Amino acid sequence: MASRPVAVSAAIAAAGLILALVLGPVVAVLTRAGGWGTLGPGDWQALRFTLLQSLLSAFFSVVLAIPVARALARRRFVGRGLLISLLGAPFILPTIVAVLGLIAVFGQNGLVNEALRALGLPGFSIYGLHGVVLAHVFFNLPLATRLLLQGWLAIPAERFRLAASLGLSPRAMFRTLEAPMLLRIAPGAFAVIFVICLSSFAVALTLGGGPRATTVELAIYQAVRFDFDLGRAALLSVIQLCLALAAGLVALRLGTGGGFGAGLDRMVTRWDGRVGLPRIMDAAWIALAALFLLTPLGMVVARGLPGLAQLGAGSWEAAWNSLTVALASTLLCLAWALPLSTRWGEWVGLVGLAVSPLVLGTGLFLIVRPFANPLSLALPVTTLVNALVALPFALRILRPEAEAVRADYARLAMALGLTPLAWLRLVLLPRLRRPLGFAAGLTAALSIGDLGVIALFADPERATLPLQVYRLMGSYQMEAAAGAALLLLIFSFGAFWLCDRGGRANVDA
Amino acid sequence: MKAITFAAGCLFASSALAQENVLTVYAGDYVVSEWGPGPKIEEMFEARCGCDLQFKPGDLLPRLLLEGERTEADVVFGLNTDVTKKARESGLFAPHGVDLSPLTLPIDWTDDTFLPYNYGETAFIYDTTRLPEPPTSFDALLDAPDDLKIVIQDPRSSISGLAMALWVEAVYGDEAEEAWRKLAPKILTVTKGWSESYGLFTDGEADMVLSYTTSPAYHIIAEDDHTKKALIFPEGNYFMVELAAKVATTDQPELAQQFMDFILTPEFQQMIATGNWSFPAALPHEQWPEGFKELELPSKVLFYSEDEAAALRDGAIEAWRRGLSQ
Repeated sequence: MASRPVAVSAAIAAAGLILALVLGPVVAVLTRAGGWGTLGPGDWQALRFTLLQSLLSAFFSVVLAIPVARALARRRFVGRGLLISLLGAPFILPTIVAVLGLIAVFGQNGLVNEALRALGLPGFSIYGLHGVVLAHVFFNLPLATRLLLQGWLAIPAERFRLAASLGLSPRAMFRTLEAPMLLRIAPGAFAVIFVICLSSFAVALTLGGGPRATTVELAIYQAVRFDFDLGRAALLSVIQLCLALAAGLVALRLGTGGGFGAGLDRMVTRWDGRVGLPRIMDAAWIALAALFLLTPLGMVVARGLPGLAQLGAGSWEAAWNSLTVALASTLLCLAWALPLSTRWGEWVGLVGLAVSPLVLGTGLFLIVRPFANPLSLALPVTTLVNALVALPFALRILRPEAEAVRADYARLAMALGLTPLAWLRLVLLPRLRRPLGFAAGLTAALSIGDLGVIALFADPERATLPLQVYRLMGSYQMEAAAGAALLLLIFSFGAFWLCDRGGRANVDA
Repeated sequence: MKAITFAAGCLFASSALAQENVLTVYAGDYVVSEWGPGPKIEEMFEARCGCDLQFKPGDLLPRLLLEGERTEADVVFGLNTDVTKKARESGLFAPHGVDLSPLTLPIDWTDDTFLPYNYGETAFIYDTTRLPEPPTSFDALLDAPDDLKIVIQDPRSSISGLAMALWVEAVYGDEAEEAWRKLAPKILTVTKGWSESYGLFTDGEADMVLSYTTSPAYHIIAEDDHTKKALIFPEGNYFMVELAAKVATTDQPELAQQFMDFILTPEFQQMIATGNWSFPAALPHEQWPEGFKELELPSKVLFYSEDEAAALRDGAIEAWRRGLSQ
């Protein structure tokens, strides 16, 4: 390590800040409630369903991502870069918009059922556990694909060249090169997706078709908003936190194994799978994934275009607020993530995503309240919360490569006596350019798309775009809301694309 | 105004100088949107009072309960009867002191703390072009073929969803769970809030949506669309009212009182119909805006007082959960 004490103290400070930001609000809510609440009869059912749907969603997202990422890693075609960026878009959509987009494709009168009817086949219903999993795969398959794709691209080109010159069969190549990489990357991807799905609420309810699809987050919502039973809310959110940390711990145990050592940092060229069946299979996987992910997006765009013209000044102002918040959150999140890009850092980072946003908001409100008017702090708090929530994604993206860089270059750096700053500037940041760009893009997009403003901090003068979408819908302005949603999609995708491209600027492809 | 809040306000709020004569109104989130009634209320009231009315949107009651007596709210706008019991028990509200004789509600209203400003009834909305022969009663709805698809809201996360649970309770009583069981195959899905449900309906995903008797007025007036209709059931439709209340610890008692008095004036009532797409609480039928006048009104209005609703609520939600879980 370049300079152990500096790195360690930075990591401790960053981790301490996360824990304070998550546990502080939970404790504040508990204190206010005067103790833990008790669980109701429906809560156990909710807990079971939450676990089941999260496990299935994370499993299918990661398993389906493997062939897609592999195909994208070894194929070169026109528009590949754009496609990879576009595939990231579902992940950054606000849930309500994505759900309506999905229903336009898979719903009762969606494209799929219309096609089935035209062919004289019986229709199918999206509502049920399978619908919840489908929606979560729609959201998270892109994330899993990108994480795995990064893993593939991080295998040094020299290894593939060696494999080719040794004449390894595809199966042998998978066993020696790809399987170890998957074992290292996939558990972390599974854990982070599992944790996102744990706190799913509106998606699970809408596509789950009713009370059978009740999640823990809904129970928390009910406890805070309807019953004002803060003790029960705190208890439920601690249960949710423990589940997330357990998942993180399992991933931490599984996702070990060394990297591939340093290469010359060249672009990977593949010799395998150039002709025949593998080529057709790869093309099929890419086409299927693109169809699955892009059709609902196309519906969002088509529904939003007529509404764009109806957007008033309020929506544009909201867009501006969203962009400034996104910029600030992104910078904060990256600065936060760099010192934490270790195994334990990633584990600690998970809690930011695992804590119920409602409990977080309520707790922050209680903490801030004695010192300042929470409403006037709406945007700073949103910035902070967005950075906190995006942190696990940034860490998942940065950690494997940051560790590889440390493993590969730390000795050299020590031999050269690099200062911490020089290490950061000359070694770490340039090597991390690609994941940093991806992480920045994802954070910015999440921040624009997230309804991070917890309703308690809503400020009338400073709405953000997702809030504007909900307000428009609440006033019967469905068309304008679709327009605002499209605006949101354009901005969040634009931010994602810019950062992502920036990170890959000098990579030949 | 607490000194520390004032200092923070000076630091962060752009309108810090206007703090002197400010009426702070906590309101539901939909109120303050550019399409909601908030901007009009603000304009009309500021013209009368020569003050600055500031809406603070968000979770009304949770926020107020969290803040307790240190709240800076002077008036709360947008409460519903299902939370008034909790609100009343908090002791945070003062009597509104408004003469209730102008009220034109379909039920008797004598509450001295919570003042109604508009109302509606729960109803299923359908599109006459897609569903020419809708069920004409609640019983007929339960017995309708299962391919009739409706969307409703979750009673645990939505006010209108809770109203529907109480509606079923009022109509079917002990048979409520059985009624939900019969309804279950027709329920396409349950959403978190009203917006998602209504979006599904206007997108053509569902044949009917749980909404309000007043919803067709929006389509008639704003879109000149006469095809959206509310189902009036002979068993009755469930009454829902929106309320305002004065905060006891207000530091602007005169302004707050002036605002409460303003609510039942014809000027406000004329505006609120199209401002919030609801029936005005104190305006004779003949003075309603065109579009509202042509709406069919319920022959029977069902309503639980807040004490009855509080006693029945958990059972009604449990009947809903069990009936739909099988």
